[in-house]
Amino acid sequence: MKYTLTHLKELEAESIFIIRETFAQFNRPAILFSGGKDSIVLTHLAKKAFWPAKIPFPLVHVDTGHNFPETMDFRDKLVAELGVQLVVGSVQKSIDEGKVSEEVGMNATRNRLQIATLLETIESNQYDACMGGARRDEEKARAKERFFSHRDEFGQWDPKNQRPELWNLFNGLKHFGEGFRIFPISNWTEMDIWQYILLENIELPNLYFSHKRKCFVRNEMILSANDFQEMRENEEIREMQIRFRTMGDITITGAVESDADTLEKIILEVAAARNTERGGRADDQRSETAMEDRKKEGYF
Amino acid sequence: MSTENYLDRDLLRFSTAGSVDDGKSTLIGRLLYDSKSIFADQLTSVENSSKMKGLDHIDFSLLTDGLKDEREQGITIDVAYRYFSTPKRKFIIADTPGHTQYTRNMITGASTSNLALILVDARQGVIEQTKRHSFIASLLQIKHIVVCVNKMDLVDFSEDAYNKIVDAYEDFATKLDIEDIRFIPISALKGDNVVDRSENMPWYAGSTLLHTLETIHIGSDRNMIDCRFPIQTVIRPHQDDYHDFRGYAGRIESGIFKRGDDVVALGSGFASKIAGIYSAETEVEVAFPPMSVTMTLEDDIDISRGDMLARPNNQPIATQDIDFMMCWMGNEPFNPSKKYIVLHTTNQVRCIVKEVHYKVDINTLHRMEEDKSIKMNDIARVRIRTTKPLFVDPYTKNRLTGSLILIDEATNNTVGAGMII
Repeated sequence: MKYTLTHLKELEAESIFIIRETFAQFNRPAILFSGGKDSIVLTHLAKKAFWPAKIPFPLVHVDTGHNFPETMDFRDKLVAELGVQLVVGSVQKSIDEGKVSEEVGMNATRNRLQIATLLETIESNQYDACMGGARRDEEKARAKERFFSHRDEFGQWDPKNQRPELWNLFNGLKHFGEGFRIFPISNWTEMDIWQYILLENIELPNLYFSHKRKCFVRNEMILSANDFQEMRENEEIREMQIRFRTMGDITITGAVESDADTLEKIILEVAAARNTERGGRADDQRSETAMEDRKKEGYF
Repeated sequence: MSTENYLDRDLLRFSTAGSVDDGKSTLIGRLLYDSKSIFADQLTSVENSSKMKGLDHIDFSLLTDGLKDEREQGITIDVAYRYFSTPKRKFIIADTPGHTQYTRNMITGASTSNLALILVDARQGVIEQTKRHSFIASLLQIKHIVVCVNKMDLVDFSEDAYNKIVDAYEDFATKLDIEDIRFIPISALKGDNVVDRSENMPWYAGSTLLHTLETIHIGSDRNMIDCRFPIQTVIRPHQDDYHDFRGYAGRIESGIFKRGDDVVALGSGFASKIAGIYSAETEVEVAFPPMSVTMTLEDDIDISRGDMLARPNNQPIATQDIDFMMCWMGNEPFNPSKKYIVLHTTNQVRCIVKEVHYKVDINTLHRMEEDKSIKMNDIARVRIRTTKPLFVDPYTKNRLTGSLILIDEATNNTVGAGMII
């Protein structure tokens, strides 16, 4: 008998430890659920952490009103399966109440607006620890983020004054009104996430898999036809064979042309993308998506 | 890359430390680049910046540019975590830039590492900083040290220069408590002995750095003898299917637990047997570190967060008086007349400081018994008394039940790291 774990099992054990610490150290924890693969993996880990009990905290979703219908269906089905509470913060409601204003101009989106709605949802529900599916490999600044990330009473992060994290000891102490963002899958890379989804056979929205879809191209991005954007001159809607690498608003989430219709094929595609990129054949569009991916996947 | 292959990897965590010019960023950049962990967008921006600087090669140190800006602005540089993998292993690098606050950062990075990578500039040899890094690695009980003698291209790849450095380091290392020290002559800039064998140093018969990192045996680094299972939380489903289920959730810090084993619950001291071990929904026969599991016991005894399961014939020390080596991390100096909060395993208690024995000169390893003023980055031996007993082991035997942190009651900041003696 070999008493060692594979790297995926070790990452899983670490994440479950963090999720349980969050539950034990805080009064009102929650999971920030975007409908993307990272938050789906996080939710899967939370289910494992408390089995056979149900996940003992709610899933919080910030609804921009510009979602893919598929994401919403997936979310509702998952919530019903897990028997967990769903809390929705609505950007439309924030707009209607005059708390934020819709962006104007050529490339207006609701991406920014969701931050205000998120903070309001956290405050009104008094969540003191919000778990998110952000990863350290996403960008340079994130490489320094803690598992337990302290936020002041305004929800702000002070990168210059972070608490050192040593061994397995996580300091969740805070003053009244302050909170934490918690990132249980900090040490996972994009590849780890895909491999784990395959290993655990985790269900994903079908948007991640290759399918035929009515699309148009804008700013060199392939976007799904939708009810929120008008066609401009020289733009036309046509059917394409695509898949999405991330889940965000339907108005800003770029697709890639792909035939990858299984997890195995997606993994090969992700791996191959790295190989060509390594060779220095910088494909502008692809690198743009790579950046885009990493920004969008995090809730923050 | 096949899926099978990927699912069979293990995980190596290592820390690096270095000063501005010893080539650490270049080495990390080289490892990321040669293991194909750099995206096209990152590479393009580094290539462009290299060209703008008039260089004829890619300056890999630009990959850590974010840190450079911080340095220029004079704000805190912190531990950054980086990731790469090869078909054999996944690696997590705790990258701790060397500068004034580096003791605090290096200890943070080293606390979760299996291995420390120490860079020596071939032109300078073993300097004070090399000794400090090595001392911290030894203090933190890192089992493996890889000393990379870098910039060999600048000493004409001389075997003689390399041997002198190895001798000097080995001489110094007799004072340290490290089982496994290896030396590799490299040039991070040119790539010699990093991933590919150097053609410039035929006299070196050992492994390249990447090969060493991929093959170094870490399976026996964990403590598999002393069974320690601190309870994080108790799982009670209150559902019809699992009406009587009462599971103790936590992470195996050390030792191997099997179903049917006799266990003792600390602090109550009640004994029972393990009825079941669950890794999520799967029942398993054995659990070992670092698994996160849920255990059920044959008897209904009162156990909650902060308690620990151990074996009746092998228990940790239950004590309120704790002696430890402390690294101070607070902005304010250590104040022995204040009370601090202690976190140890899943326990949180308060403490008073009973005694400061001595401070350690981190450059010479000498004890300073006269000067007991403790500021950020200082290391000292202190004794505390806690409000209730903690279940501890010496750090040298058990990194996870032998470590603690101190928290300031007023600010809630983590201000000290302790290794129990």
